[in-house]
Amino acid sequence: MDRVTRRRFLALGGAGAAALATASCTPGSPARVAKAPPKPARTGVTVKGPVKLVLWDQESGKVSQIWNDLIKGFEHKYPNVTIDRVERTFSDLKALLKLALAGPHAPDVVEANQGWPDMGEMVKAGLLLPLDNFASAYGWDRRVPHTINAANSWTADGQRFGTGSLFGFTNEAELVGVFYNKRMLRKLGLTVPATFSDFDNSLAVAKQAGEIPIQFGDLDAWPGIHEWAAVQERFAPKTYMTDFIFGLDYNRLTFTTPQNLRAATILQDWTRKGYFTPDLLAVGYGDSVSHFAKGQGLYMITGNWIVANLGADNPDFGFMAMPPTSPGGPLVSTGGPGFPLSIASSSPHPDVAAAFIDWMTNDHAAQMLVRSGEIALNKGFTPTGVKPGTLLSDLLATAARLRDTDAIVPYEDWSTPSFYNTLTQSFQELVGGKATPQQFVSKCEADYSAFQKSRATSSPRPTSTG
Amino acid sequence: MENIAVQLPVTEISAPKRAGKRAWRRAERLPGEPRRIAYVYLAIPFLIYAAFTIVPLVQSFDISFYNWDGITPGTWVGLANYKSFFADPVIRGSYLHTLVLIVFYSFIPTAIGLLLAALLSRMRIHGLTVFRTLLFLPAILTDVVLAVTWTWIYDPHGPLNTFLGSIGLGFLRRPWLGDFHFALPAVGVFGAWEEYGFCMIVFIAGVMKIPTSLYEAARVDGANAWHEFFAVTLPGLRYELTVVVVLTMIDALSTFDEVYVMTGGGPGTATTVPAFEVYNQAFLQGQVGSAAAIGITLMLVVFAVSYGITKILEPRGE
Repeated sequence: MDRVTRRRFLALGGAGAAALATASCTPGSPARVAKAPPKPARTGVTVKGPVKLVLWDQESGKVSQIWNDLIKGFEHKYPNVTIDRVERTFSDLKALLKLALAGPHAPDVVEANQGWPDMGEMVKAGLLLPLDNFASAYGWDRRVPHTINAANSWTADGQRFGTGSLFGFTNEAELVGVFYNKRMLRKLGLTVPATFSDFDNSLAVAKQAGEIPIQFGDLDAWPGIHEWAAVQERFAPKTYMTDFIFGLDYNRLTFTTPQNLRAATILQDWTRKGYFTPDLLAVGYGDSVSHFAKGQGLYMITGNWIVANLGADNPDFGFMAMPPTSPGGPLVSTGGPGFPLSIASSSPHPDVAAAFIDWMTNDHAAQMLVRSGEIALNKGFTPTGVKPGTLLSDLLATAARLRDTDAIVPYEDWSTPSFYNTLTQSFQELVGGKATPQQFVSKCEADYSAFQKSRATSSPRPTSTG
Repeated sequence: MENIAVQLPVTEISAPKRAGKRAWRRAERLPGEPRRIAYVYLAIPFLIYAAFTIVPLVQSFDISFYNWDGITPGTWVGLANYKSFFADPVIRGSYLHTLVLIVFYSFIPTAIGLLLAALLSRMRIHGLTVFRTLLFLPAILTDVVLAVTWTWIYDPHGPLNTFLGSIGLGFLRRPWLGDFHFALPAVGVFGAWEEYGFCMIVFIAGVMKIPTSLYEAARVDGANAWHEFFAVTLPGLRYELTVVVVLTMIDALSTFDEVYVMTGGGPGTATTVPAFEVYNQAFLQGQVGSAAAIGITLMLVVFAVSYGITKILEPRGE
C-alpha cells in the first residue's frame, strides 16, 4: 500500500468511525422500576397448572447436594412445580447475572451477590422484585436478625443501601471469627482469652515460644478485610460499623476516626513484632489454611468456610468471636448473609418463587444444612445432632449468641463499589510497612468520601434517547 | 540516485501494462488481473473483522464518554473518564508498571532470542532440534498454568528461595510476590521466560534466510563470531527484529493473566497494569465507561508504540 492510499484509507476509516459514533446511542436500556407484587392471600403454591422455575445459583460441594435434596422435597410437596436448577460459579454469576436478568430468557430465582456493584445495580435497573409483601406473609422479616435483611435491602431506585425494600432473602450466614489450636494453647499454658488484652498477651507468649501467633497469608488480598475488621470492631462501635458500611448518615461518618487509627496502629505493631506468618504478603490464603490445619499457628482469623478443611468434628480446634476489650463485654463479629435468593422482576410466577424461597430457608432446610458446616440464623432454631466439644458446636454456639444480640457486622468492602480494592490494597501497604496507620485511614477515607460525594450530587438519570 | 534507480523500472513496466489493460477489456481476462468478484472474497473477512473488532471498538470509544454501569442508561460525561483516570495515581501507576514490563517482556527476550538464534545457527551438534524444541517449549504452554507454577516457584518456601539458600546466597531470599519492590520484576522475569522462545524461533527462521555466502565472505575477510553477528546476522534480521519487538511490546502493554493469577495487582498496588484495571473497572466495579476509557487509551498507546518501533527499526531505502 503506498502512502497516498494509506492516508486515504485512514481518512475513510476515521470518517466511518465518526459516522458510527454519532449514529450510536446512549448505552444501556431504560431502567424499569419493579413493582412490588401484592401480599399473597395464602402462602404456598396456589397455582394449579404446571409451573417451571429456573434457578441460577453458585452453590458447590456438600451444600449443592443438599440443595438438590431440598429441591426434590419441594417438587414432591408441589407436584405441579419443576425447578430447573442451573449451577454456576461465583465469578460466572458476577459477570453474567445482570445481563441474564436484563435479557429475554431471564431465570426466575437467582442468587444475587450483595453490595453496590451487584445487587445495587440490579435494583437500580429494576431487575429484581421487592419482596416486602412476601416477607411479611411468610415472616421472613422476623426469621433472621435485622442486619442480615438489611444487607439485602435497598431503596427502589438503588440509591440507598441497608434500608428500604427487601430484594433477597437468606437464612444462611457467613461468620468471621478466631479459630484456635487447642493443643497449642494447652502447650503454651494458656487458656482461651476472655478479653482483647488477654488475646494480645497470648500472642506475645506464642511468639516467645517460637510459634506463629496468627496464621495469616495475604497474597490474595481479601483475607486482610477480615483481619482488619476483627481488630477494628474492638474499638469502633457496632452502630458506627453498620451505618458506615450501609452508607446511612454518610455525611457525618468518616473513616479517619481515632478508633480506626488505633486499630491500624495495633495491626502494624503486630506485624512489627512478628505476630503474623512471616512474609505474609507472599503467602496465599489456601496455603495459610493448610498450614493452620497442620498445626502451624495458634490462631487464624477467618470465616466458617474453613470448617471443612479443619474437620467439623475435630476436637482439636476451637472457634470464638474476637474477645471484647472489657470482660463480659458485648460480642461483635464480621459476617453477613450468605448469597440471598432473589426473584427476577420478569418472572411470571413470583408467588411460586416466594414459596420456593421460603422452603429453602425454613427450619427444616436449616437442619439439613447443618451437616455441611453452614450456619443458619433462624431465630429460635437449635440444630440437632451436633457433637458437643467439636469445632462445629463451637461455631454454632457463637453464631447463636451473635444472632440473638444482632451482633453480626456486614463485610466492610460493601461500603463503596471500589472499597474492596482500596481496603485490601491499603491494608497490604499497612502490614507491609509501606504506609503509616494515618496514611491507611486517609486512603480509605478518600475512597469513601469520593463515593458519598458522587451520591450526594447524583441526579436522577435521564432515560435513553435511543 | 537511489530515486532514479527505483523510478526507472516502474515507468518501463507500467507503460505496457496500461496497453495490456485496454486489450483485456475487449478480450478475455488474464489470470491475476483484478476482477470485481475479489471484493466479495474480501467482504467476508472484512464483515467478520467489522463485527468482532471494528464495531466493538467504535462502541467502546462511544461508551468511554459516558458514566455507565453496564445496564441502565448512561449519562454523557464528555472527557471526564479520561480526566479522572489521569488524576488517579493507581491507574497512572499501572501505566508506569508497563514501562518496567516492556524491559522484561520485550528487550530482554529479544536479546536472549538473538543470542540463542546466533548460537543455535552456528552450532553443528547432534540433537539440535531437541534443544530448539525444549527452548521453545515455554512459548507454547498456557499462560495461566505457567503463572500458577511460577507462583509456586516464588513462594517464600518455594524452589527459588531454597535454591538461593543452598548455594550460599541466602541473603537474596525474599517473599518475591509479596515484596513491594520485587513483585513487579518477579512477574517480569516470568514474562521474559515466556516470551524468549517466540523471539528465538522468529530469529532462527530469519537467520536461515541469510545467504551463507555472506558469512563465507565475512570469514574470508577475517571476521570472528562477534563481527559476524554485528556485520551479517543482525542487519539480516532487521525485519524480524521489528516484528518481534512490536509483538512483544504489545504483549507487555496488554499483560493481564500473569498479574491476575500471580499477584492480583498487589502487594498494595505494586503490580497493577492497565488491562487489569479495565477488567476491574468493568466487571468488578461496574464502571464500564471508565473501563472503556482506559481500554481506548491503552489501544492508542499500543498504536503509538508500534508505529514508533516500526519507524525506528524498519529498514529504509529498500
